Amino acid sequence: MRGATHAKWAACAVAVALAATACGGGADTSGGGSGDGSGIVRSSWGDPQNPIEPANTNEVQGGKVLDMIFRGLVKYDPKTGEAQNTVAEKIDTTDSQNFTVTIKDGWTFSNGEKVTAKSFVDAWNYGAHIDNKQNNSTFFSNIEGYDEVHPESGAAKAKTMSGLVVKDDKTFTVKLSEKFSLWPQTLGYQAFSPLPQAFFKDHAGWLKKPVGNGPYVIESYTKGSGMKLRKWDDYKGEDAAKNGGVDLNVYTDNNTAYTDLMAGNIDLVDDVPAKQLKNVKNDLGDRYINQPALIIQTLVFPLYDKNWGKDGMEKVRRGLSMAINREQITKQIFQDTRTPAKDWTSPALGDKGGYDPEGCGDACKYDPAQAKKLIEEGGGLPGGKVTVTSNVDTGSHRDWMDAVCNSINNALGKGAVCTVDPVGTFADFRSRTAQFKWTGPFRSGWQADYPLIQNFLQPLYYTGASSNYGKFTDKKFDDLVDRANQESDTAKAVEDFQSAQKLLGDQMPAIPLWYQNGSAGYSENVGDVALNQFSVPVYEEITVN
Amino acid sequence: MGRYVIRRLLQMIPVFIGSTFLIFFMVYALGDPVAALFGDKAPDPATAARIRHDLYLDQPLWKQYLHYMGQIFQGDFGTAFNGQKVTELLAAAYPVTLRLTLVAIVIELIVGVTLGVVSGLRRGRAVDSSVLILTLIVISVPTFVTGYVLQFLFGVKWDVIRPTVSPDAPFGELILPGIVLALVSLAYVTRLTRTSIAENVRADYVRTAVAKGLPRRRVITRHLLRNSLIPVITFIGTDIGSLMGGAIVTEKIFNIHGVGYQIYQGILRNNAPTVVGFVTILVIVFLLANLLVDLLYAVLDPRIRYA
Repeated sequence: MRGATHAKWAACAVAVALAATACGGGADTSGGGSGDGSGIVRSSWGDPQNPIEPANTNEVQGGKVLDMIFRGLVKYDPKTGEAQNTVAEKIDTTDSQNFTVTIKDGWTFSNGEKVTAKSFVDAWNYGAHIDNKQNNSTFFSNIEGYDEVHPESGAAKAKTMSGLVVKDDKTFTVKLSEKFSLWPQTLGYQAFSPLPQAFFKDHAGWLKKPVGNGPYVIESYTKGSGMKLRKWDDYKGEDAAKNGGVDLNVYTDNNTAYTDLMAGNIDLVDDVPAKQLKNVKNDLGDRYINQPALIIQTLVFPLYDKNWGKDGMEKVRRGLSMAINREQITKQIFQDTRTPAKDWTSPALGDKGGYDPEGCGDACKYDPAQAKKLIEEGGGLPGGKVTVTSNVDTGSHRDWMDAVCNSINNALGKGAVCTVDPVGTFADFRSRTAQFKWTGPFRSGWQADYPLIQNFLQPLYYTGASSNYGKFTDKKFDDLVDRANQESDTAKAVEDFQSAQKLLGDQMPAIPLWYQNGSAGYSENVGDVALNQFSVPVYEEITVN
Repeated sequence: MGRYVIRRLLQMIPVFIGSTFLIFFMVYALGDPVAALFGDKAPDPATAARIRHDLYLDQPLWKQYLHYMGQIFQGDFGTAFNGQKVTELLAAAYPVTLRLTLVAIVIELIVGVTLGVVSGLRRGRAVDSSVLILTLIVISVPTFVTGYVLQFLFGVKWDVIRPTVSPDAPFGELILPGIVLALVSLAYVTRLTRTSIAENVRADYVRTAVAKGLPRRRVITRHLLRNSLIPVITFIGTDIGSLMGGAIVTEKIFNIHGVGYQIYQGILRNNAPTVVGFVTILVIVFLLANLLVDLLYAVLDPRIRYA
């Protein structure tokens, strides 16, 4: 593998006392493929937090698997993010509220069952029902009848949602509770995947070895250590796998995965550890990917706290935003794996999708003099101090918070007015956020579920929205969002969202910090590696040399 | 002897109950695990409430604890968030860590005691000083440094071994992680043995043995070493527990899916059943190891008797 076979065996002999049985470690074959499409890709993986099922998986590790074994009505183009019909033949509507979905012929699950209208409707009803406790149940909340199967408290009043009706094997209709023109484009999210009857008949068995309709089938799954996926030869879709399969190996630490990549034991890591960013160019050369993903990190102001929410404070909030030297922090701390934010969405949306490099305007440009002036005009920091908070168990959060505070302190020139309040675990941080307990700006990371500008704005800043943790409220903003959702023309809808975003620039309910990039590194064994908008590798495209 | 063992076993009951309660309370204090299940998104209140209810999280702490203990006595350690039974996790992780600990202890004993005897017998000479300096270095270098350095050298640079351990974790692959894990304790074992040997070498019984004309080897192994091992055995007994629990760093570096990894994961995810389950077993291991050490005293030194 690394050429010096003689030297290796000599070293082996010397070290025989050390590791008698471990010799030949680097000589693992990678499936024996030689460019004929039968090679196996060995990739790093993390232990999924929840059981792998479409409506219950809401993090990227389980999502990876769903991405390989499921195809929904639409799929996002990995490059442009455009929603393209996959299982759907067409999704028609005349009023942006009633949709008729027609599905293509010929799709089957890997166990032989046909993919029919019922496969979708049953899956969605399952995902929405309160008794099934699915994490992604809210994705179905705009379908009529959701409150019946998923009441805010108490038992469900119905078994299925009245808004879903199966017409025949190939068609079903959907009635939404209110107009939402972009709804068909949200259907690429994995929660909307179809499910075979086997899922409902033997749920426990299905969870042990999930069965879907995607380009791969699961050969074996050992919870906590790994999963072997193999190409499904009878796959009818256009994006059949170009390799023989994927082996996902669980790593408890991304540093270890990187070491294994260096040693040639795996082919792909999709999370290059921060410590290695300095070496990555040397180690991998152009086999390192670093591109913006649909993730933005912001500092949200607790507007429910009078000190931050009262009139006039918007100047202080804007001032703080201008006091942060984003360029320097992303370069020094993140080695350019973050991109300074210029609006509240993500460049991965593309210009057509609604990304606006002028969305935040001057308020996101570093200007210490102006920052100082604005904060003074606004009456100064509440109590002369500001405390920045985040969990610090992952993601170099401690480092950038210190840097942000230094940047603010330097700009204001009044000594250490900005301090950091680190929280030990993500769980603790989350629960305090959800209980609205902060008295200073707190971190909020947002990964969009689908490449739509709506997903970056509505859940976070609409009055009373599910993830509006700063309790921001603005009548004009809400009106614009409502109007956008009723627009039948997508381009117009995007425009409305962009004008809504302009309002955020004046009010500054949250400081956009930076867009998070997806990163990956791969070995010489594999080629054509790319990441999609969700920073998940596009496995089916990978070729093995 | 028998009565002593029974008395010790009975003493374990309050320790067991107290420690499980403390751990349960600490994990509980970490915050609401359900909120973290939803990532950066707001948990849907109805779903979150249902999950809390099913996990017994909507009850007051003391009820949760009684419920949990009730389950434990029926052999049910609860379920991790990914749907796996904690007993399954225990069955998968403990053998791996046990093997790792065993490798570490064996290395510690063989190398540590040998070095200790050699330097203890040659107190003040060059061998002794160099062993002392070596152990000092080993003690001062943190485990993660030695771990990463050895992994890089053997796994990547020289390509002698796999840098990571495969899920089955056979003994062969655990040798390097075992060395890394054992290094710090090894230094302590060496120093303890050295001091003990150096002290006892002037004891009357050793002089008598030498005067009787016994061969040197027999004097050292039967008379000197056996009497010098008591502090070392005490140390190793407590070390078994700390090695198993403290393997987190080593397990992370070498990607070993053992106890340390599961506890770390459980804490990050605020999963009380996993953490309490694993630590409970650790507590039992710790208690048993200490009992074993106390019994070994009697074997090593017949003057010690238990009634």
